[in-house]
Amino acid sequence: MPPSRMTTERESGPSMPVEPSLSSSVFAAADPSSGGATPSLIRTYLSKRGSGRVADNSFAALMLICACSIFAIVTFIFWILTVRSHLSLVQFGWKFFSRSAWDPVSGDFGALPFIYGTLATSLPALLIAVPPALGVAVFVTELCPKPLRAPISFLTELLAAIPSVVYGLWGVFVLVPLIRDVVGPFLSKTLGWTGFFSGPNFGVGLLTAGIILAIMILPIISSLTRDIMLAVPNSQREGVLALGATRWEMIRVGVLRNSRIGIVGAVMLGLGRALGETMAVTMVIGNHPNISKSLFAPANTLASVIAGEFTEATGDLYLSALIEIGLALFLVTIVVNAIARLLVWAVTRGAPVGAA
Amino acid sequence: MERVSLRIAAAVLLAFCVTGCKQSANTSATSEAQNSAQNLNGAGATFPYPIYSRWFSEFASAHPGVHINYQSIGSGGGIRQVSEQTVDFGASDGPMTDQQLAASKVPLMHIPSVLGAVVPVYNIPGVTGSLNLAPDVIADIYLGKITKWNDPRLAKDNPGVKFPSTAILPVYRSDGSGTTYIFTDFLSKVSPEWATKVGKSTSVKWPVGIGQKGNEGVAGMVRQSPSSFGYVELIYALQNKMTYGAVRNASGKFVLASTDGVTAAAAAAASSMPADYRVSITNASGDASYPISSFTWFLIPTHSSDAAKTATLKEFLTWMLDHGESEASSMGYAPLPAQVQSMVRQSIANLH
Repeated sequence: MPPSRMTTERESGPSMPVEPSLSSSVFAAADPSSGGATPSLIRTYLSKRGSGRVADNSFAALMLICACSIFAIVTFIFWILTVRSHLSLVQFGWKFFSRSAWDPVSGDFGALPFIYGTLATSLPALLIAVPPALGVAVFVTELCPKPLRAPISFLTELLAAIPSVVYGLWGVFVLVPLIRDVVGPFLSKTLGWTGFFSGPNFGVGLLTAGIILAIMILPIISSLTRDIMLAVPNSQREGVLALGATRWEMIRVGVLRNSRIGIVGAVMLGLGRALGETMAVTMVIGNHPNISKSLFAPANTLASVIAGEFTEATGDLYLSALIEIGLALFLVTIVVNAIARLLVWAVTRGAPVGAA
Repeated sequence: MERVSLRIAAAVLLAFCVTGCKQSANTSATSEAQNSAQNLNGAGATFPYPIYSRWFSEFASAHPGVHINYQSIGSGGGIRQVSEQTVDFGASDGPMTDQQLAASKVPLMHIPSVLGAVVPVYNIPGVTGSLNLAPDVIADIYLGKITKWNDPRLAKDNPGVKFPSTAILPVYRSDGSGTTYIFTDFLSKVSPEWATKVGKSTSVKWPVGIGQKGNEGVAGMVRQSPSSFGYVELIYALQNKMTYGAVRNASGKFVLASTDGVTAAAAAAASSMPADYRVSITNASGDASYPISSFTWFLIPTHSSDAAKTATLKEFLTWMLDHGESEASSMGYAPLPAQVQSMVRQSIANLH
């Protein structure tokens, strides 16, 4: 940096109506490294300003507040959901989460069909989306010819930016007829014996919702995974290749193994989106709260029942039950995330030092 | 370079703070200004929203200085908000229950505004015209007791129509809606089994079928699924030029829905209209009555501490009867029958 620029910068400093403590504390920390060239200037400046203790402390306090706000927000959401669902909590107790009734007329509510619907769409979505997402990421980082790399990355990110209602419309007009007339009959003929693809197939149901979700989370997982794989140092790849590995072995040992924690994290982010996705799912899942083994059957998810019924819920108990559905979604998310943490922990136990 | 960016970051942060404060100051100032003007806030049903928004804008241009905000957040939300006095009036497609009226912080009065109807729609390969549908047949389709189109009970009312032997896919509204309330209210009256097993509400436990969001969701599903059956608002079917079925009324006549048929149903009920207007006119008697019809209501506090607001509300409701009702038919709603209009006029006079 030319000294003249440093001077102007410093001179402009005090005149700026910025919180002085914030910027000065950083100055104090950064100066020793670059201090050698013009000691007198910096030293006079620093001595004029006094010590950075106040600044350091206030900065630390500010950061602590930021960090604590996360706890506060989570607690606040949980608290509000619990308070507002009080009526239903009292009426049904913890059994609410294992009851399968949903009858607004007689005031009989339970969350099980919705929990089932949420999981039975999200998990197939993961099963469908993860392999191609990893494939895209591996191809872009390791195998892709340079000119193709940018367009593929761009299109993946574009896919992630499409609003979910557009996916929903596409689902209704393209995917539903396709499942009803082509994919469904094929699946029931070949895999009908498993019980997952039996019963009447109207094109809307768990399978269609799962496929829509898979398409929605694929770009998220693949672009995150790509970034993680790009972060693997080239020395790892070169080292493995130098030992005589083939290209596949290099990718497996040098890249995938090193980035597996990040990959699990990316998959979990994708799952998070799948669990909470509302609009696209509502449009293709059939919104009939029942628990059925067949993926052709219509179902309902936690998010879509809230979106659908909240505005017209007139009774207090009904409203309270819907808020408790929100609580159930909150808990399902926490449980799924906890399982993900466990998975990451299990995977990292044997990880090599310096893993990405 | 690091320092420069830090400085910039700090400056940006400060700028945000300053503009943020300014903005919040601005909004609080404007909201105060709005409150002091003659301003009415309402919330509720989505079904009459098209005509309400037209009425409110016409009323506002005829009465300078008056402004009526209406948020179509759904009947449930409208009932809640007017009960808690967060809005000056509410609107609902279904009448409030005694329990809800008792729970309200302020005594409320139902004022009918217009009428709407619900029509059955279907997509049967090879069948194009209007079908004749008996009430018990519609109920049994949604109960899962009639599962095929070539059921003899359907064939009996539609001589000459060749029904396929495909399975019926019943489609219903997945979101809570006044449409569902009217439809299930009708089914509860015509089918004892429906009344005990399912009942009437803005959303119910449907024995069979699939749910779709909104009139457009149900209509879209029915349109593209061969062999499906659904119900939508008359106004939606009219605007989208959909074919819908004629429903047999209490007098045994099959009636194709129209605004005239709906007004006829209201007129049939007018003689026995209760003073609080909380009446269901589904399955009304009379040869011309369309059976799946209903009023939609404004929920007006009978007494307000703000006399100016009450005066404006009274003025609006009178304007609605004088000018608004005549616009209803052109927008697909049925106007109030003359007898009910004169009843409403008296009720408005009692507001204070």
